[in-house]
Amino acid sequence: MSLHVDLEHQRHILIVRLKGELDHHTADSVRIRIEEAILRGGSTDVILSLKELAFMDSSGLGVILGRYKLLKSRGGRMVVCDASPGVYRLFELSGLFKIMPIHDTESDALSSLEVAL
Amino acid sequence: MSERQPAAANTMKLSFSARSENEAFARVSVAAFISQLDPTMEELNDLKTVISEAVTNSIIHGYDSDETQLVSIEATISGDSVTIVISDDGGGIEDLELARQPLYTSKPELERSGMGFTIMENFMDSFEVASEPGRGTRIAMTKRIESKKALYN
Repeated sequence: MSLHVDLEHQRHILIVRLKGELDHHTADSVRIRIEEAILRGGSTDVILSLKELAFMDSSGLGVILGRYKLLKSRGGRMVVCDASPGVYRLFELSGLFKIMPIHDTESDALSSLEVAL
Repeated sequence: MSERQPAAANTMKLSFSARSENEAFARVSVAAFISQLDPTMEELNDLKTVISEAVTNSIIHGYDSDETQLVSIEATISGDSVTIVISDDGGGIEDLELARQPLYTSKPELERSGMGFTIMENFMDSFEVASEPGRGTRIAMTKRIESKKALYN
């Protein structure tokens, strides 16, 4: 079981594609990879693309919430797209959807961030 | 006089080092055992999630990430229900009432979401936690697997 983080920069937006299983064991590497990419690319906004995220637990919620708070404190935004039913349920249960928007696809997420600028 | 023998329980036990890489091992192993009940993808995902929550709690909170310690899991299939017991001999929980509050975490510096107990309570049909400071924590959860029944109807 492992987690792969795929990163893509599109101007001010960082797209983070998570593949595999996000738990306590893999949460640290996700946090470090995202932080590094934000600094390197000067990204203000982040899209979390979760199409290939097969499993996530509350450790995943913790790392996502942590990135959200940091981005927000710098005036940035975080949106989520392509969440599986299992991941969706965790977001719902924790109230994360009250603070970050969710979109069906990556392109919807991208246009939501571009239009709002 | 013939006495009816109770059906022998179908059970498994697992004990493993309190290392984070074993969280995936634990949830996948128990999921494989439970798959004989023919659960739906959603049920299986629920069970994997609660196992991950409880094992992670034992490692981070019970043992303070001391990898020399052991976490135990026992799963029992009885009819169409599965009972999962996850236990450690760690530090225990001082205030259970507080620990069960959604979003409460005793370790905010580790970016914990504080949702572990809430998830376990929501994803399972029954949930019990017993803890003694300095002695350890034991979590017992039961879930009825619906899929097979639906198949026969």
